[in-house]
Amino acid sequence: MDKHARTLLVIIAEAALEKRLVADSQRLGAQGYTVHDVRGGSRLSVREALWEADRSIEMKVIASPEVADAIARHVMGSYAPHYGLTLYFADVDVIRPEKF
Amino acid sequence: MIDVVVLFFLLGVFARLVKSDLRLPEALYETLSIYLLLAIGLKGGIELSKQPMLALLPQMLACMALGFAIPLVLTPVLRLLGLSRVDAAAMAAHYGSVSVVTFAVASAYLAAQGVSAEPHAALWVAIMEAPGIVAGILLARLGARNAEGQAQQVNWGELAHDVFFGKSVLLLAGGLVIGAVMGEAGTAPIAPVFMAPFKGVLALFLLELGLVAGGRLGELRRYGLRIVVFALVTPPVLALGGALTGLALGLSTGGMAILATLAASASYIAAPTAMRMAVPEANAALSITAALGITFPFNIVLGVPLYLQMARWLNPGV
Repeated sequence: MDKHARTLLVIIAEAALEKRLVADSQRLGAQGYTVHDVRGGSRLSVREALWEADRSIEMKVIASPEVADAIARHVMGSYAPHYGLTLYFADVDVIRPEKF
Repeated sequence: MIDVVVLFFLLGVFARLVKSDLRLPEALYETLSIYLLLAIGLKGGIELSKQPMLALLPQMLACMALGFAIPLVLTPVLRLLGLSRVDAAAMAAHYGSVSVVTFAVASAYLAAQGVSAEPHAALWVAIMEAPGIVAGILLARLGARNAEGQAQQVNWGELAHDVFFGKSVLLLAGGLVIGAVMGEAGTAPIAPVFMAPFKGVLALFLLELGLVAGGRLGELRRYGLRIVVFALVTPPVLALGGALTGLALGLSTGGMAILATLAASASYIAAPTAMRMAVPEANAALSITAALGITFPFNIVLGVPLYLQMARWLNPGV
């Protein structure tokens, strides 16, 4: 089977950022995205998703390395100072490259 | 003395304190909150259908002014307590806006005490959601401009969209309109769902809020005594302002108690969401701990009976 290398960018953030993250990533070239509701925490705090202000999301974007980098750079620059954020990259192979 | 629904709240707090595994599914929380907002709106709307809107205009304007004024008063107080300008303004915005559930508990308490209030009071709730939030954002932003010498942008369009079309205002106002248009007869077919089970649903929702509020109690140590004192002293003072506004408007004793409760209550749904978008540098946990961890329990357990007494004392004739 033909496989094509792409970058998976995962952003874990406060749910309040969801709309902006979706808009930003599409503006910067991502073709699609997936969002899950998640909960989690650290040694400092816990986000349990019990009610509105306590919700977190995990957003996944598969894109070219350049687009993934551009999104991550923008997200870190715009939101990292004041919002809880976790970002990471992974190399993935996709089957239909035109989708990503 | 204490209303049965309050005991469900205390049960939730207790469950959290003993580290119970009790957890309401998020979908249920969402369903219950949608139900409560719609039911409260509908109930108020049915009453609205019986009166001329124009006569209510002074009340509506007064509610707006009251909500807007609260952050203007509280922000300097919080500054004196040592909070930064944005933290003070954001916290004040929570108190300027209102808590729908506190309103529901107050209404239930009045009904249980046999005290009647203006039945369209849900309209006041819908009106008082937004002004305090707007005032808080203005205070935070004007301050930031002066401190850093550069304008910080607030996307007012996005913010207005999120506040006015957000769940709370949309469902409250939607319920009010549906109730007002359809009236008592028109809403009779859905009354078995939206009216009769209301208090049971409120009890379940308070159980959930008890879990949430109980989770904030651990944070109190982090912010110190001044925040605890602020969150306990502020509600009765604001309640007095609300009760006096009610007196000036010529409301019934029950109506004064409701308006006092609304003034005293702090938002923990609309305000935190709006602050995260418009004033992200403010400490969200600080405001939520005060609003939901201290002020909300205080209001529903002690505040509401106190505000009714306050209204009776100010309005002895009725």
